[in-house]
Amino acid sequence: MKNRKKLTLLQKRSLMGYLFIAPWFVGFLVFYVRSIFQTGQFALSELTMDTVGGGYQLTFVGLENFRYALFAHASFKQVLTTSVVNMLIDVPLITFFSLFMAMLLNKKFPGRGLVRAIFFLPIILASGAISEAMEMSATVMNGGISNQAAETAASAGQTIAFSVDYLINMFTSLGLPASLLDYIIEAVARINDIIAASGVQIILFIAALQSIPGSMYEVAKIEGATGYETFWKVTFPMVMPHIITCVVYTIVDSFTESEVVDLAYKTAFDEFNYGLSSVFSLVSTVIACIILVVICGAIQKRTFYYN
Amino acid sequence: MNKASAKNVRSVKHYVEMARETLQNPDKTKSFLNDIKNFVLLIGRIAILVGVSYVILSPVIGMLVNSFSSNKDAYNPMVFVLPEFPTLERYSLAILRMDYFPTIAKDLLYSGTITLLQLLVCSMVGYGFARFQFPGKSILFGCVVVMIVIPTHTIMLPLYMTFRQFDPLGIVSLITGGSVNLMGTVIPMYIMTLLGCGVRSGLYIYIFNQFFRGLPKEIEEAALVDGCGVWYTYFRIMLVNAMPSVITVAVFSLVWQFNDTFYAQLFLISENVVISKKIATLQSVIANQDKILDQPIQELYRDAGIILVLLPIVIIYLILQKNFIEGVERSGIVG
Repeated sequence: MKNRKKLTLLQKRSLMGYLFIAPWFVGFLVFYVRSIFQTGQFALSELTMDTVGGGYQLTFVGLENFRYALFAHASFKQVLTTSVVNMLIDVPLITFFSLFMAMLLNKKFPGRGLVRAIFFLPIILASGAISEAMEMSATVMNGGISNQAAETAASAGQTIAFSVDYLINMFTSLGLPASLLDYIIEAVARINDIIAASGVQIILFIAALQSIPGSMYEVAKIEGATGYETFWKVTFPMVMPHIITCVVYTIVDSFTESEVVDLAYKTAFDEFNYGLSSVFSLVSTVIACIILVVICGAIQKRTFYYN
Repeated sequence: MNKASAKNVRSVKHYVEMARETLQNPDKTKSFLNDIKNFVLLIGRIAILVGVSYVILSPVIGMLVNSFSSNKDAYNPMVFVLPEFPTLERYSLAILRMDYFPTIAKDLLYSGTITLLQLLVCSMVGYGFARFQFPGKSILFGCVVVMIVIPTHTIMLPLYMTFRQFDPLGIVSLITGGSVNLMGTVIPMYIMTLLGCGVRSGLYIYIFNQFFRGLPKEIEEAALVDGCGVWYTYFRIMLVNAMPSVITVAVFSLVWQFNDTFYAQLFLISENVVISKKIATLQSVIANQDKILDQPIQELYRDAGIILVLLPIVIIYLILQKNFIEGVERSGIVG
């Protein structure tokens, strides 16, 4: 008797659970599952819009759209490669920059509230139209507006080569590999983008750092570990699980703002080639997912879980 | 930790005195060296923070300067940061051309109501995942993660189609004999948010789930013993306790909804409701309607427009800032 009653309570609870997640589940089925299925369908067909009712007809064309996108389209492969390369450059930079910044912001110092407020501004300011306009006005800080023309005329690469020529020469003569130098130079040139893109990640890492028990640092101190050792032996392993969250967020974020999305959007709504646009979306999503799985798998193997 | 930071903030005078003392007493050399090290580290930290803050703030300062400078200042290379002949003309024209006050009021109403819906739906779903055991829970939660990971542009075409010929289960065509075109209205956004698929809803569900899981079970048990129903417990007890994560999600949602151009473009939402669409066309509108053909001068108006658009959201952010940051830290946003 007692057993039966307990079971009904459990069943009630699980019914309640379904009720709580029901709105999301309906939305997920209607907007995501159905949409992904449809995108696949579009990619395999040629789609013609009705001029009147807004309906559409699908003509099955097989892999024709894929063939066109991958072998005949003028810019798709190039745009895709640029987006992927940019992403691969950005992900480690953003991750380490935001971890570093989170560690600085996590310490106690006067005016911490103000500095934190400034650091979260990029989340607010990161809007397509606004951020583009802001990049332009960043150059204004170098002098009056009349300088702007000269600034824009000289490409970013040239300006940097001009101003830090001496440093670069010095590093090359020190025997640093050219590829590493290129990476560092590119990183410095992109510092604006990187700071703008790491607002959310800094928040994630601050939350992660605060969840590390203070007793670990006490032990490290008693055992006589230096700050450097403490970082690599305590802080880094402890935030490792959160690095995955951070990397996933960065990859998704940089992909949704990349040029591939723009290209897919333009193909669909300016050229009205829906089938091709679906192919662009699908291919870029699959590539993003592969990159996600590979990177997360690689990190996951080295991840240390405390609990 | 506290001791170290107390050492850090000692005045320079103190260090000079200490140096003198140290010269007389060699035993203190080690702690003196330590102090120097801390001091150098402090300077380095300040330099980095100030530098990065400058990189973040400089475009904003640049835009502020631009929006106040007159035509003369714009062409004067000597003018730096402080305009010689400040003017409010940029703002008055930008306000006029953007139809600023009605638009921003409508946009805030739109973003605000969407944010409320997001809070309600996402907290409900997050609570459902955190506190109830039901078969298939882990698979369903996996779907939430998938939802975060899938870029929205993958599904944008079907979404467009769905709302272009909106006809849920054939009910609409049963009544009116045809489907409804919802393009150009805000209804698609409300429907999607209501069904937990709005702008980054997956992330909010994740945040709420993590937070509810961290709350002690005893609160709910006490409520149950006192004869509280499930819904009452959720609304009056759990949601109140989850205030930090509510504020976090509210700020994220408001900011992202306000800045969103992706869905606004996809659903062809009128630019009289979404001001971020207006800012994109402001420069050309001013060029065409006011015959200001000088590009640097056009950009001054655009900067004034951007400042105007940012202003309300920055004010809201500054008010919530303290709560927001504490909220993030306490919300257990990360697993």
